[in-house]
Amino acid sequence: MNVSRRHLLKAAALGSASLAAPHIVGRAFAAEPIKVGALYSQTGNLAVAEKLLANGVSMAVAEINATGGVLGRPVEVVVEDGASDPKTFSEKASKLIVKDKIMTVFGCHTSASRKAVLPIFEKRGAMLFYQTHYEGFECSRNVIYSGAVPNHQLGNYIPWIVKTLGKKKFFIVGSNYIYPREMAKVSKKLIEAAGAQWVADEYLELGHSEWAVMVKKIKESAADVVLSNVVGDSIIAFYREFKNQGISQADIPICATVTSEIEIAAMGADYAAGSYTSFPYFMSLDMPGNKSFIERFRKFVNDPKQVTYHSLEAAYFQVFLWKQAVEKSKDLGAEGIRTGIAGQSYEAPGGKVTIDADNLHCWLTPRIGQWQADGQSKVVDAYPHPIKPLPYFAYGETESNLFCTSKGLDTAKLKI
Amino acid sequence: MIDVFFIGLSLSSILLLVALGLAITYGAMGVINMAHGEIVMAGAYVAVLSGIWLKTSFYVALPLAFLAAAALGWIIERLVVSRLYGRLLDTLLATWGVSMLIQQAIRLEFGLTFLGIHIAGLGSGLQNVAVPPELQGVVNIAGLELNAYRGFIVLVTVVLTALTWFIMYRTSLGMKVRAIIRNPKMAAACGIDVRKVNALTFAYGSGLAGVAGVMMSGFKGVSPDLGSSMVVDGFMVVVTGGLGSLIGTIMASGLLGETNALVAVATNDILARAVIFAAVILVIVLKPEGLFSFKRR
Repeated sequence: MNVSRRHLLKAAALGSASLAAPHIVGRAFAAEPIKVGALYSQTGNLAVAEKLLANGVSMAVAEINATGGVLGRPVEVVVEDGASDPKTFSEKASKLIVKDKIMTVFGCHTSASRKAVLPIFEKRGAMLFYQTHYEGFECSRNVIYSGAVPNHQLGNYIPWIVKTLGKKKFFIVGSNYIYPREMAKVSKKLIEAAGAQWVADEYLELGHSEWAVMVKKIKESAADVVLSNVVGDSIIAFYREFKNQGISQADIPICATVTSEIEIAAMGADYAAGSYTSFPYFMSLDMPGNKSFIERFRKFVNDPKQVTYHSLEAAYFQVFLWKQAVEKSKDLGAEGIRTGIAGQSYEAPGGKVTIDADNLHCWLTPRIGQWQADGQSKVVDAYPHPIKPLPYFAYGETESNLFCTSKGLDTAKLKI
Repeated sequence: MIDVFFIGLSLSSILLLVALGLAITYGAMGVINMAHGEIVMAGAYVAVLSGIWLKTSFYVALPLAFLAAAALGWIIERLVVSRLYGRLLDTLLATWGVSMLIQQAIRLEFGLTFLGIHIAGLGSGLQNVAVPPELQGVVNIAGLELNAYRGFIVLVTVVLTALTWFIMYRTSLGMKVRAIIRNPKMAAACGIDVRKVNALTFAYGSGLAGVAGVMMSGFKGVSPDLGSSMVVDGFMVVVTGGLGSLIGTIMASGLLGETNALVAVATNDILARAVIFAAVILVIVLKPEGLFSFKRR
């Protein structure tokens, strides 16, 4: 009798515990969510590229929530539309920071939009995570730059083109705005240092799609390689015209810094086969995490043919770096992120990445890919390990002589 | 020198391809159709979707796009434009609204993105149109290496222009259209069904835009804002050539295209564009009715 009563009590206790258990779990997730912003163009002509980046951020947040959130709290993404317009970007950044009181925003794609929101982040003490490879020449303490800078994309690329491909005469071509112009500036120094020469440095308007004359000039310039900093849908018209004027990639290869899996898929792989691009990440990378990343992303955007590319990968992994940073410093503010994220590493789909303690940019592995007939790249040259980001590479910054440090930009060193 | 002329010819053809439809809707009907560029874009999407759904080649997309774009144009005319004849500025605003609607409809996959349904080929991304191998690379004609795709653009433009000329000047429908251009009220008084002829004319002009879209799809990437920049070029040609004049439109596109090529070869593309705009401004100032206009009666 006694025993059975005890047994009954035990069973009752167990029962109530198991009833209570879901309640406790529910409570843990009912903890107030941490809000973060995702500020990308959902409409307008840049929506093509930026929507995917917003999806990359959202997928990372969903995965973080599925494994317990950040500091035991779920993460909620507040999505705002920058509408492909820098002015709208700055208004929406103010809205996220001032009205929603959000301290962390993942966002911006073009340099124009980043420059437009930068003063707001610096004045209000918030933190921007920016994933796109850019031209450098910036040293903000309120931005974590997870994409490549010129020394990642060009530092190994130009010497490799000269030495391994044996090219001596560069035709530099780009869209007419800051990124291609800065990239051309770095390239010229590297070309001369490598003992080669550049025969032209030409620009076309953003979005220009009439390449007949430019390609004719390339043909007649005696250049043996083209360095392309062309962006956006101009890329497609360029590669198509290149082939249509009968130039073979085997004779004059296009070596690009912007052309990614996205543009290759849109132009048709035939047009790009044999050309090169320099990026830290390619969809074709044979890494343990990459295959799963591609599969998960395709499922997430509900498109079995979706391609992945450098900026998307960076948009995704930067969220995990943020998580590690705030969990380390237990502080959701910009100062907490800044101290927590210095030296923080993450095993991204394309290999190990680390946020630099000096300049808040990202250590990435430079890789050169040659585009194949199936629209994927074959990595033909790569660093064995990630290298330090140098945002002022174009102005003579080296690893032993930093311009951008944790104290900010050393203007005395910067000679323009 | 001949290759520069050929580049100019291909530039002219692209201009004419877009401007032909506009010359009819703007020149003949007095409608500033801002949605013309979006009809071009819709034509490009017909090329994308017919490749995915019907697995047909690029060539099949040409007639399909003509029909689809003509149907789209007909709907726009019946729903919006037909209520606004004679109100130039109102047609501009209304068709601008229509252009935004079409663009967003493509971006949002006709609203299905809200339901999580994805239509391959639509959506905001850049789309791929497979160009037949014979149109890639160069063809040798009499010792000259010519860009095959540009040659094809020139050919299609010549055929469409000839067809348009035939309809306008050798059929009774064309005669009615020309009568309406000169004086709509008098034409109506003579027993021409102006409503019906206008709808058909608008549909035909839109159909031409659809074909232009297919040609552009093999030339540059296909995205929802493919057409918005092209409509400006189209209006430039029509204004320079003179309203309602087919020969004016042809001459103006030839003039602007060749000038563009010459200046671009001598200097660069950005300057060439500036020179073109300057030339158009000059024409508007000195000869507001266009280079090849006739007197309205």
